[in-house]
Amino acid sequence: MVRFILWRLLQAIPVIFVVITATFFLVRSAPGGPFDSEKAVLPEVKRALEAQYKLDLPLHEQYFAYLGDLGNGDLGPSFKYPGRSVNEILGSGLPVTAELGLYALTFALFVGVLAGVFAALKPNTRQDFIPMGMAMIGICMPSFLLGPLLVLVFGIYLDWLPIAGWGDLPGDKILPSITLGSAYAAYIARLSRAGMLEILSQDYIRTARAKGLPEWQVVTQHALRGGLIPVIAFLGPAFAGLLAGSFVVETIFQIPGLGRFYVQAAFNRDYTMILGTTVFLSTLIVFFNLISDVIAAWLNPRLRAQFKGGA
Amino acid sequence: MMRLFQSLIPASALVVLLTACGSGESNVESGNREGYLHYGNGAEPQGLDPQVVTGVPENHIVRALFEGLAVKNPKTLEPEPGVAERWEISEDGTVYTFYINPEAKWSNGEAMTASDYVWSWNRALHPDTGSLYAYMLYPIKNSEAYSKREITDFNEVGVKALDDQTLQVTLNAPTPYFLQLMDHYSSFAVHPETLLKYGKMTDRFTPWTRVGSIVSNGPFTLEEWSLNRRIIIKKSEHYWDRDNVALNGVYFYPTENVVSEERMFRAEQLHYTAVVPLDKIPDYRTRENSPYVQSPYLGTYYYLVNTDRPPVDNVLVRQALSYALDRDKLTRTVLQDTAIAAYSITPPDTLGYNPPKLFSYDPSKARDLLAAAGYPNGEGWPGLEIIYNTQEAHRKIAVAVQQMWKKELNIDITIANQEWKVYLNSVSQREFQVARRGWIGDYVDPNNFLDLFITDGGNNNTGYANDIYDEIILERAPKAKTREARYSLFTEAETMMMNDMPIIPIYTYTSKHLIHPSVEGIYPNLMDSLNLKYVTLHPGRRLDMGSN
Repeated sequence: MVRFILWRLLQAIPVIFVVITATFFLVRSAPGGPFDSEKAVLPEVKRALEAQYKLDLPLHEQYFAYLGDLGNGDLGPSFKYPGRSVNEILGSGLPVTAELGLYALTFALFVGVLAGVFAALKPNTRQDFIPMGMAMIGICMPSFLLGPLLVLVFGIYLDWLPIAGWGDLPGDKILPSITLGSAYAAYIARLSRAGMLEILSQDYIRTARAKGLPEWQVVTQHALRGGLIPVIAFLGPAFAGLLAGSFVVETIFQIPGLGRFYVQAAFNRDYTMILGTTVFLSTLIVFFNLISDVIAAWLNPRLRAQFKGGA
Repeated sequence: MMRLFQSLIPASALVVLLTACGSGESNVESGNREGYLHYGNGAEPQGLDPQVVTGVPENHIVRALFEGLAVKNPKTLEPEPGVAERWEISEDGTVYTFYINPEAKWSNGEAMTASDYVWSWNRALHPDTGSLYAYMLYPIKNSEAYSKREITDFNEVGVKALDDQTLQVTLNAPTPYFLQLMDHYSSFAVHPETLLKYGKMTDRFTPWTRVGSIVSNGPFTLEEWSLNRRIIIKKSEHYWDRDNVALNGVYFYPTENVVSEERMFRAEQLHYTAVVPLDKIPDYRTRENSPYVQSPYLGTYYYLVNTDRPPVDNVLVRQALSYALDRDKLTRTVLQDTAIAAYSITPPDTLGYNPPKLFSYDPSKARDLLAAAGYPNGEGWPGLEIIYNTQEAHRKIAVAVQQMWKKELNIDITIANQEWKVYLNSVSQREFQVARRGWIGDYVDPNNFLDLFITDGGNNNTGYANDIYDEIILERAPKAKTREARYSLFTEAETMMMNDMPIIPIYTYTSKHLIHPSVEGIYPNLMDSLNLKYVTLHPGRRLDMGSN
């Protein structure tokens, strides 16, 4: 197992290096620069700005300087927000986005697994079709539609919940978490239904039933463990996707997370910010994929046996 | 088993609802009680350093934290005392002497001095600072040369501290709008010792503007700055006119999503919105006691024409295109009456100046002009492309223009959107035939619009070059003895320019806000300029959103 993890960590290094290099040169080749604005910038001012941000050096020197700083954990100053470093902006946005992602994922798991298992117990009946139909709607419904709908109903007509903010008013974290989580809930519902259906038709389940175990014990003790492997495998990329994809929800609900910076950095040609967020998120995705692989391996007795044998 | 699941679902729904019930007191209610204004500010400010930032969201916060030598009256926009309690202007209009109010203090209690201004303007103009608004101070003698490193001694620039209380400013030429520039953040004083504690004078990105570090001189001080969440400012104890500041503080929210902002307003989470979504406006207009406020804004939306590219290198073609545009219809339909049809570059009533109206919507004249240019009824038309930066509002206008030109002139137009920075690059490199453009005035004076089109001006972008025009704008108008004489020169220049039609004016902007009925002291004006010091809150007045 340790060797498996180490091997995967080693594989991650070239991946991240390629991401850094590709991003660095791609953003530089995009037309327009961080200091272009609608009002013409005087040439002497532009020169001064480029000197302050070391953009007057040759490109390869900038690249190596960036790699050097990155080695020291320094992502550089933001171009768009003078006086703030990219580290600081990531540091302020990440906890918020992570918290939002965590709530969304918890909601998605709770609702998704429940609906999926529920549907798998009586396939092709109403008990299957209703939750699965809702799941299909959930997958198709984009968050920029669901968010405003929830806000209209719960925030404005019923006036139960605040419609924007994060930690400013009691209950303001509920709607964004549900909005962000529901597409994942729907996906998890379908995955857990498929996983459960496969497991429930296995011989060992029949054995369990034959020896007279009550149905709920069959489900919770025997079926769930195997039936949820596809869900676990999905969780790693899902969490990374939640972090990277929270932009829409953060914008709808005025949440001070990372997503807004990530998307706007590209529009602003905020070179260091684009690089910083991309490098950071790609590292995170690699990391979460690794974790979900490890958990899936640990849950699957056959794979586990392989590792014990020294894969 | 079944029963377990069946009971779990409603139970979990109940948990969600119970935690949800009762969102409590709204921001507007608590704000009115405690004297705090909740303000939709449109975006996270880039920063709060007066000599570094540019942009509207920055302007609102910086002008609450700092104050200029002279401020604008919120109703009339005429200058009134700020840090300077009075000033004298020399006979020939080139020497301004400002007398600093002895009560004017920094937020740490220190008295403000004339040398703070000398230091701060040195910073604004210094070539290493890279201040995007350095040119705002270019009316000052030798300042442009200093900024371009032609001279290196700041003593040669026309700014002198005669003593602690007296600042003398010498200009190149009479500049009737100079006092207005004193209310622009690029001319604000910063506290030298505070900046030097964190770096050099010319450093752009030191943390001196953070909570706890920043020293400012305005009616409010910085209390909290949570990135992308909110900025809270509090009434200053040391401000000279603190007795006239009604608010205890302001919450600024970076309300980037205009639709969310409008919803926050409806749920009474905001007193004031930065903008209003276009599709909501007709509904707000029909309400009694509507919170919707619209007023003319010092900005023009127009199409740049590249005068070096065929077919628009021909002035007759440019005139034909302009005559064929039904601007009234465009502003009425596409823009829902939120804009005013424009026939020239300067907005109407810019400090009493009204631009010449040289043409109107006249399709038959347009067809004649196009025929005279060699394209009768659009025959032989080589095609024309309009570019705009990717945004739904610009697309709608481009489509309407495309249809009008097709209908009236029978010519084919293509429209192309470009991502913001790509578009900026195309415009500055003049890689276009027709490009969408907007210009918002920095100060209320026709000069701010007319000097765009001087030969090779940085914001000209059309290739328009006219020696006589340049001479009027750069030489003759500044030396005019009276306002009337100056305005008649402007009229002459603007008439000349609009006959050559290097731009196709489309509309004059308006500012649009939702303002809660409990708020008073926000007056509509051309600059959309708000002085938070005059804002008052009146609890008990409710937002009436009617039945829909």
